Amino acid sequence: MADNKFAAYICSGCGIGDVLNVGALEKIAQKEGKMAMVKSHPFLCNAEGVQMIRDDVANEGVTHLCIAACSRRAKAEAFSFPTAAVARANLREGVIWVVAEGSDHDEIRQEMAEDYVRMGCAEVKKMIVPGGNVKESSSKRILVVGGGISGMTAALAAADAGYEVVIVEKSAALGGFARNLLKRVPFSGPYAEPQATGVEEMAARIGTHPRIKAHLNSTVAKTAGAPGRFQISVAQESGAVTEETVGAVVQATGFTTYDIARLPELGGGQANVVDQAGLEAMAKQANGGAIKRADGKEVKSVVFVQCAGQRDTTGTHLAYCSGHCCATSIKQAMYFKDQNPDIDTVVMYQDLRVPGMGEDFYRSAQQKGVIFTKGKAGKVSGGDNCKVEFRDLILDEDTAADADLVVLATGQVPNAGVDLDVWTEINTKAEGGDEAAKQQRRDLEATSVLKLAYRQGPDMPQFKYGFADSHFICFPYETRRTGIYATGPVRRPMDMLQAQEDATGAALKAIQAVENAQQGRAAHPRAWDLSFPKARLEGCTQCKRCTVECPFGAIDEDEKRFPLFNEERCRRCGTCMGACPVRVISFENYSCDTVGSQIKAVNVPDEFEEKPRILILACENDAYPALDMAGIQRITYSAFVRAIPVRCLGSVNTIWITDALNSGYDGVMMMGCKKGDDYQCHFVKGSEMAHYRMSKIGDTLKQLGLEPERVQTQEVAITDNARVARLINEYVEQINEIGPSPMKGFG
Amino acid sequence: MAKKQYAFYPGCSSQKGATASNFLTSLDVVVQKLDLQLNEIPDWNCCGASIGYAEGGELPRLVINARNLAIAEKELPGQDMVSGCPACWLATRETHERLAEHANLLAETNVALKEAGLNLNNTVRARHMTEVLIEDIGWDAMKAPVVKPLDHLKIAGYVGCQTNRPFGIAGESFENPKYLDKMIETVGAEAVKYDQKVTCCGGALAFSEPDKSQKQIRDIVEAAYDGGADLIVTPCQLCQANVEVYQSEINKKHGTKLNMPVVYYTQLMSIAYGGTAQQAGLDGQVIKADKLAAIAKK
Amino acid sequence: MTTNANSANQNALARYKNNFLKEVEANVEDGHMVKMCMQCGVCAGSCPLGPAWQHSPQKIFMMIRAGKREEVLGSDSMWMCTSCYNCIVRCPRQLPITHIMHGLANYAHRLDLAPKGQPTREIAKLFWDNLVKTGRVNELKFSLAMYFKDGFGQGVKNAMAMQATGLGLLKAKRLNPMELVGGHKCKDIGGFRKMVAKAREIEDRRRGLA
Ligand code: SF4
Ligand code: SF4
Ligand code: SF4
Repeated sequence: MADNKFAAYICSGCGIGDVLNVGALEKIAQKEGKMAMVKSHPFLCNAEGVQMIRDDVANEGVTHLCIAACSRRAKAEAFSFPTAAVARANLREGVIWVVAEGSDHDEIRQEMAEDYVRMGCAEVKKMIVPGGNVKESSSKRILVVGGGISGMTAALAAADAGYEVVIVEKSAALGGFARNLLKRVPFSGPYAEPQATGVEEMAARIGTHPRIKAHLNSTVAKTAGAPGRFQISVAQESGAVTEETVGAVVQATGFTTYDIARLPELGGGQANVVDQAGLEAMAKQANGGAIKRADGKEVKSVVFVQCAGQRDTTGTHLAYCSGHCCATSIKQAMYFKDQNPDIDTVVMYQDLRVPGMGEDFYRSAQQKGVIFTKGKAGKVSGGDNCKVEFRDLILDEDTAADADLVVLATGQVPNAGVDLDVWTEINTKAEGGDEAAKQQRRDLEATSVLKLAYRQGPDMPQFKYGFADSHFICFPYETRRTGIYATGPVRRPMDMLQAQEDATGAALKAIQAVENAQQGRAAHPRAWDLSFPKARLEGCTQCKRCTVECPFGAIDEDEKRFPLFNEERCRRCGTCMGACPVRVISFENYSCDTVGSQIKAVNVPDEFEEKPRILILACENDAYPALDMAGIQRITYSAFVRAIPVRCLGSVNTIWITDALNSGYDGVMMMGCKKGDDYQCHFVKGSEMAHYRMSKIGDTLKQLGLEPERVQTQEVAITDNARVARLINEYVEQINEIGPSPMKGFG
Repeated sequence: MAKKQYAFYPGCSSQKGATASNFLTSLDVVVQKLDLQLNEIPDWNCCGASIGYAEGGELPRLVINARNLAIAEKELPGQDMVSGCPACWLATRETHERLAEHANLLAETNVALKEAGLNLNNTVRARHMTEVLIEDIGWDAMKAPVVKPLDHLKIAGYVGCQTNRPFGIAGESFENPKYLDKMIETVGAEAVKYDQKVTCCGGALAFSEPDKSQKQIRDIVEAAYDGGADLIVTPCQLCQANVEVYQSEINKKHGTKLNMPVVYYTQLMSIAYGGTAQQAGLDGQVIKADKLAAIAKK
Repeated sequence: MTTNANSANQNALARYKNNFLKEVEANVEDGHMVKMCMQCGVCAGSCPLGPAWQHSPQKIFMMIRAGKREEVLGSDSMWMCTSCYNCIVRCPRQLPITHIMHGLANYAHRLDLAPKGQPTREIAKLFWDNLVKTGRVNELKFSLAMYFKDGFGQGVKNAMAMQATGLGLLKAKRLNPMELVGGHKCKDIGGFRKMVAKAREIEDRRRGLA
């Protein structure tokens, strides 16, 4: 510690100096914050102000800076001093812009500012500049699992960008589902005619690409390690195993068509009732000539039944829409019309969904005379004369259509491997010694795609309906296994064009992952972060909470059953830190102490002053920006709150809550992202874990003799700027009603 | 300045003694003040209106309109055809466009025209009088002759269908065209806001489906009342007739007290340009437009 | 059904067998656009007389595609079209709906499958006859003919019902009783009639109605 030198810089610009007593703040930083050097500046973020700090770092040996100015989200570039630890006291967005104007509020405004200065000084004292962990030998190769359209696209994209790629395909040829198509839905203008799939050309390019190595007839037998150092065992059909070292993995394992045998009511299993894949086979067979049924009869009339076993509300079949099937049926209807315009082709739909440029394709089919009937098929009978009984949804009547052939547009079922929820249950029993469960686990693991040697199970966690979990909107490529990216229909239903786009994105993510891994940096959403969790294992009780709660499966166990952190898999959310009951996990720049010391630094007035103190722990991804935005829009809220940004609500350790309550805070409010199926948590499960933990805090409160309302958790979105202010004000009112905390003065 | 010349197609309803004769009367003043010369197309014939389809079919309807275009092309070369009646304009413009698009139809049309000794090269543009005023004359020139601004008059500009759809005045929206309101303001009156500006009056179905059409008419007039209008102004002969003459009928059936004058934009203009009530054809109103007549007397 | 219309109908049935859509495409004004309807229903919601229609344009197009020939041609829906063109300007697929409605009405009328005594059908026919006779439409004769279309007794009643309206127009000099004995007319009425006859002949031949 001898080399540390602490300095505080207080900005009086942006109106801070007009409404706050900067001199008093300087004194606080000096006396209470124990800063060796305190300076104020009228315009700290300008070149001169920044230079002043730089000079102090260079010439005065300053190692730790508390910058009391604007929010940490503002002027991040100006106030970036890579060699120093930096804490930011938010006087602008957090104080002067949110506290009501006027001299009536001068006192509480100043108190708020003083607390933030105290907090900033306390925080920085506990911070260490992350040393980082550059790994020269880290692998930059990329493994692509699956050789269909998505996999081939990802492989070519990564290889063309200069990265070595290993592709593993379980069948004897590349191309996947698309290899069996006669043509594909158009992907370029004028979007009027089916186009060649291009599969052969892609496969040929892969075959001759200097940076791509393809394993056909192969599967992944084991995936161990972490980004930058994955060890992959590739098992050939023959039994031979090849070892590959890669830096990142793209899982492009595609989909299987929904089994039409499960649709007996729609004629599944009967003669002359096929699915779209079946029709492709017939069309390929016909090779441009008349399409013939299995019995050799030329098809003169065909009905396409859309949404077969899809968008099902009864819970029997797929609940979702696979997105591609309307356009696929349109394409297939064209196979008939283009060969012979007199063939009756009816597409029976409930809602025709043709995303992208599909509308042009739809119109083209109408031009060709394909008939579109809005109806819901009730019963299909196959045989020599097929019959589709349906409800005409426009004419509102039950009617029927005859056809030589019926095509069922069935959906995509993701090839996502083992469902971890099922696995975990069996695994728990197996670990308990249950022999039957051990066999079940072996059987289940045989169906795994990635065969991850992870403590958390052999495949990626799945989302609704068995798709590999990824956030559709905010971070579509991220999964919950760092450095492994799901792409194509394995992560959500999609068509070829979308899969190609998706796979290009996944290739980029994989590239980013290998580069970050080498530099010892985190992945999304803290991709710049060089810190990683460190555990003082001597204090560890082997409770396994961290292993279980880490949303990303970053933590394995060593032979002695201690947690084994794979830092390259870690996303730096701090959920493990929040989980650990004995608080032995910390990051250099974020720890139980960096936050705990801030909580304790706040000056809590006694009960007679009628100035409640409320701690806000706000997620830095959404809630804290929303608070800043409230300030930017000059939406005022109570000056009795003290907000601390946290990496994720998942990182909130209950010690912070008990510390706060013990030191006389009147309430604690936690603001995190939405959880559940439509989660917005940047760490997927962090906020859910926090909610779960907080649901148990009632007991602690009872022990302390406190009302349950003293701790509150709120879901906040980044756009909620007006709402956060309202929530705060309502909460302060509620606390005022309950009265001051009885703990005051004991802390 | 040389007068602007147009091949004029008055249409059946504007003939003397016909339902829209007062339109033609009021047009005279406007034409004089704005220095337009309307040369009536010799021996013009009916456009077939909207209702002609049932017996007429497609080609006969195209052909009767082509006859007018062919005569104009021959007798009044180089002049745009202008019509005061939206139905005439619509039918003629549709003919012009469809024949321009389909060479086979033009050929068939010419076979038929030959029977009347005519031939069509399809060079004549068909336009509506409001288009000519807006595009050829312009707002400023339209305002210049105003000597008696229609101060304090609140007017509901009722655009209706056929000057508005399917062609419409260039640059206007189908759902809320503004040109008629602008005309009202140009002559110094106030254009009221109401929600039936482009509602159909029932058209030719006023005859065959009186109840259904009269419901439309009632909605239009009542909305104009709700908007605070003193009178309704329209560019359409059929709208004018339907909305004006059926009010008494509606009153009788439903006990309403509708009594809203309905005039043409040309009538507003001729009064504002200093014309007498008679020159503006106000004597032709079934429901007297007293407030407008009073301005003429000032 | 007149013999002419009947044989035309039989011809059409034989020619298009079960494909009513093809029949419409070949014989109805702008019929080739029927297949392009995407069943959004905007037209149905835009029609001023929408509630009075047996089948909205949307449904008519669906029925055509479903081959419901008799129901479509016998429907009184198309006769409710006021030619307001609302549907045309709103249709996202740019179907010339008004024209198709006119065309369907015309075709149904010519095959004599349209509803008998449908008032708009009657009036439309009277209007056209009036037009072909003089080249211009004589409103008074047209109105009188309309009042008496349902027979003399009904005509008097109709005329009485509309008396106020008629008198109003008379007073305003917008209905001319003199028209009854003369009035407006094209000079070259001979050429006009021959021309119309020719056009009809060409079109009828094209449509197998001759
Ligand atoms: S919980 Fe978060 S911070 Fe901890 S190891 Fe997992 S990813 Fe890293
Ligand atoms: S949560 Fe803490 S005590 Fe539990 S296993 Fe992890 S490091 Fe050890
Ligand atoms: S608006 Fe057009 S596309 Fe929509 S239903 Fe009507 S005709 Fe069809």
